[in-house]
Amino acid sequence: MKIGTPKETFEGEARVAMTPDSAAQLLKLGHECVIETGAGAMAGFADADYKAAGVEVAKTAAALWKAADVVAKVRVPSDAEMKRLRDGQTLISFFSPVADESKMQAAAKKGATVVAMEMIPRISRAQKMDALSSMANIAGYRAVIEAGNNFGRFFTGQITAAGKVPPAKVLVVGAGVAGLAAIGTSTSLGAITYAFDVRPEVAEQVESMGAEFVYLDFEEEQQDGASTGGYASVSSPEFREAQLAKFRELAPEVDIVITTALIPNREAPELWTEDMVKSMKPGSVIVDLAAEKGGNCKLTVADEKIVTDNGVTIIGYTDFPSRMATQASSLYATNIRHLMTDLTPEKDGVINHDMEDDVIRGATIAHAKEVTFPPPPPKVAAIAAAPKKEAPKELTAEEKREKELVEFKNQTRNQVGLLAIGGGLLLAVGLVAPASFMQHFIVFILSVFIGFQVIWNVAHSLHTPLMAVTNAISSIIILGAIIQIGSSSLLITLLAALAVFMAAVNIFGGFLVTRRMLAMFQKS
Amino acid sequence: MEYGFTIAAYAVAAVLFILSLGGLSNQESAKRAVWYGIAGMAIAVLATLIGPGQGLGVVSIVLIAMGAAVGYQLATKVQMTQMPELVAIMHSLVGLAAVFVGFNADIMINNMESLFAANALALGAVAADGYSAVGLPKEIYDGLSSFGQLIAKKTSVEINILKVELVLGIWIGAVTFTGSVIAYGKLAGRVDSSATKLPGGHLLNAGAAGLSLLFAIMYLGGSGSWTLVLLTLLALFIGYHLIMGIGGADMPVVVSMLNSYSGWAAAAIGFSLGNDLLIVVGALVGSSGAILSYIMCKAMNRSFVSVILGGFGGPAGEQMAVEGEQVAIEADGVAQALNEADSVIIIPGYGMAVAQAQQGVAELVRKLRAKGKNVRFAIHPVAGRLPGHMNVLLAEAKVPYDIVMEMDEINEDFPDTDVAIVIGSNDIVNPAAQDDPNSPIAGMPVLECWKAKQVFVSKRGQGTGYSGIENPLFFKDNTRMFYGDAKASLDKLLPMID
Repeated sequence: MKIGTPKETFEGEARVAMTPDSAAQLLKLGHECVIETGAGAMAGFADADYKAAGVEVAKTAAALWKAADVVAKVRVPSDAEMKRLRDGQTLISFFSPVADESKMQAAAKKGATVVAMEMIPRISRAQKMDALSSMANIAGYRAVIEAGNNFGRFFTGQITAAGKVPPAKVLVVGAGVAGLAAIGTSTSLGAITYAFDVRPEVAEQVESMGAEFVYLDFEEEQQDGASTGGYASVSSPEFREAQLAKFRELAPEVDIVITTALIPNREAPELWTEDMVKSMKPGSVIVDLAAEKGGNCKLTVADEKIVTDNGVTIIGYTDFPSRMATQASSLYATNIRHLMTDLTPEKDGVINHDMEDDVIRGATIAHAKEVTFPPPPPKVAAIAAAPKKEAPKELTAEEKREKELVEFKNQTRNQVGLLAIGGGLLLAVGLVAPASFMQHFIVFILSVFIGFQVIWNVAHSLHTPLMAVTNAISSIIILGAIIQIGSSSLLITLLAALAVFMAAVNIFGGFLVTRRMLAMFQKS
Repeated sequence: MEYGFTIAAYAVAAVLFILSLGGLSNQESAKRAVWYGIAGMAIAVLATLIGPGQGLGVVSIVLIAMGAAVGYQLATKVQMTQMPELVAIMHSLVGLAAVFVGFNADIMINNMESLFAANALALGAVAADGYSAVGLPKEIYDGLSSFGQLIAKKTSVEINILKVELVLGIWIGAVTFTGSVIAYGKLAGRVDSSATKLPGGHLLNAGAAGLSLLFAIMYLGGSGSWTLVLLTLLALFIGYHLIMGIGGADMPVVVSMLNSYSGWAAAAIGFSLGNDLLIVVGALVGSSGAILSYIMCKAMNRSFVSVILGGFGGPAGEQMAVEGEQVAIEADGVAQALNEADSVIIIPGYGMAVAQAQQGVAELVRKLRAKGKNVRFAIHPVAGRLPGHMNVLLAEAKVPYDIVMEMDEINEDFPDTDVAIVIGSNDIVNPAAQDDPNSPIAGMPVLECWKAKQVFVSKRGQGTGYSGIENPLFFKDNTRMFYGDAKASLDKLLPMID
């Protein structure tokens, strides 16, 4: 199959869906690759790089659309591009089945197959093709960089000869992929970072990135993120109030706020209200990553940077990934490449569009002249349900002592019980057995006792030598055979002789092999 | 020489044996301890050879020399990966020797009975004091071998106890013998290592055990030596069938159990011969094997009975579905991660022994350590086919023992580790043991390698482990599968570590 990538037509879009690296991998799958001339220029990939990787370069967009069986691109196709889409062609791109419904209908009517990168299900198997996550990661990173660019102070605290610099305080609202990336960037720049999310189960992830999770004083069972495919859901009005109250408390302290809260298929929730902006210090920066969906702050203007009356900068750019086109392109192209790997299971350059596969089915919105959106629910849950954790109860000193006492008593009772039973059995044997037997029996019991005491101290690493050495010394049975060998009966002599021989093999074999093993144990 | 001298020598030998076991508490004192054991054995054998009533001393010495030659050959030729087999086959020798010595005691009792009858006396008759036995006339008594004298002195109660002891000794010895031979066969790959049972399963074993008990009672009742022969045959069958029904991965338990049995057999024979040193050593070895079996069972979170009865129980309920996929990686990817890592933990398993990859692993460790990385080994108690098997293999490959850690020592360090490498182990690194209460191995202590930043699993193919359960570790996001024979994989990897 021929996979083609046109130059993005959307104004300002710098990304490209194929890089020389990803093309090399696609060729390995048995496909051919074609790219429109200059498609990678804005992302830093020259036509020559593509040619060197074995990619054909098409002169015009029209030629490319004509040549390619599979068209991979970034933005949803423009009307002109929709016209070029033809029957039997596969289109892979960001494609919102809700916002671009008419285009989806048109594509289905033409008989083209459309794979929407937005619709890749969030299951672990599909993470490698989850373009939303890879783009969100970039957005999170870039959000901090943009904020730093517009913030007049250091992130990290310093004590210099020229005076003390306090560290910046950053609040990240929403700890999804973008949020976590922002947290990571911000903490590595040295800022004191706080993070909030409505899903309490992400607290651990937040803390693992080095930020402090902002807990609410709120006694409501939050809905587990697992039931909604790993995304946040709408919260109750009471919860919202508690949340806003907390933000109000934080607003005068923080220098930088990065909001990333999105709920799938809804307008972005308002989390940073006007009064919070007013209470912030002049020079503070807000980066609203939800700007495209109306913004988490109502003052945000999409695609623009504004400064409020009290000197707070609000950044509402929606093209963060495109601002880092080289990085974004290589990640996006890798996502596409992984998708193609799944579509080409035999690695023979033949696409098998398996509608039984959860991932492929979920992402396909038009196939075989039908609109195939919305997909049926996936067969496996997106992420494992968070286990309900029962916090271990802190024991008070008294309870601890009581517990220890009970344990001690139980131990004593067990020991005394065992001793009583053992002693009783011994005495019972002693009642019937003759004294000569009991003399040996005492030796036996004491030896078992010593054996237990001694063997517990043997190092685990020496268990094999232990077995070899016990093997050797259990050949002590040779003594019995030596005592018997001098008997007048020929049969006894014969059996005893065999026993002596076998035991001798064992003694020498056992000790020698033990010595060999122990000599190997060397200290570094 | 006086009899008292022999006893004194035995006391010295017993102390030396205890010291030799106690010395195994660490690697350095162990090297000294093994000499204590050798000295103890030499003293015991010498004292017996020159002891009273000893005949055919020269023959014994010749036989011992022959045995020494064979033992020397075995011990110097054996590969360290074959240690489990060697230990198993040596157990079988002890078991068989115990059977022979036990039969000798029975034959001697019969001989004595006929001797007493010829002198118009009864063996074991009690004298007028109601305590001591009526012995033979002195001139006949003095003509007997020391073992004959021992029996001739006994009262009828003592004779009966003697018979109980030798029945026990023979029975345990016979079970140990066939059991060890089968264990050897399984470990050496000459017998199919999967758990196989004859139709009837454990009922056969139970039936055989019941019949042995019946024959034992008949023998004590004076039915004659044929009952003893039948009992031995039954015991041989039990040993065979019991171990046939236990799968390969449970061999650590089996081998330590047989180790224990060989000790108890020696102790039982010691009772029947009235030899305290045999009793002491038998008890030491028996308890050592019992403790080892216990440690092994605990490490698998299984009861001793369930191991012996063989096979894993069915799942307790629906098991968690494993999701995600196994992502493969090539040698260059592993090499890159290793070059970048600061701390590495290697988890070897039986697969490493099978592939004979320990030299490659050691070479890898040397290279990584030369670059100043913190490289350690994590050893699960039941890794391999013998308790401590991995430690010996690594020691052979000259891996210093102070970087080889036990599970409990190292399990907490995984979260701070950059790379964990799993080589040929499966069930001992299965997170289902902790996460899935319905898993057949739920509750078994495992090495928490998935907490490391990255995990590489060197494995031949996508199959499941011995227990037949899917391992969610292989599907985790931070796990990469490095497919191929462990040795070949390491050979590919080594040149890429710079």
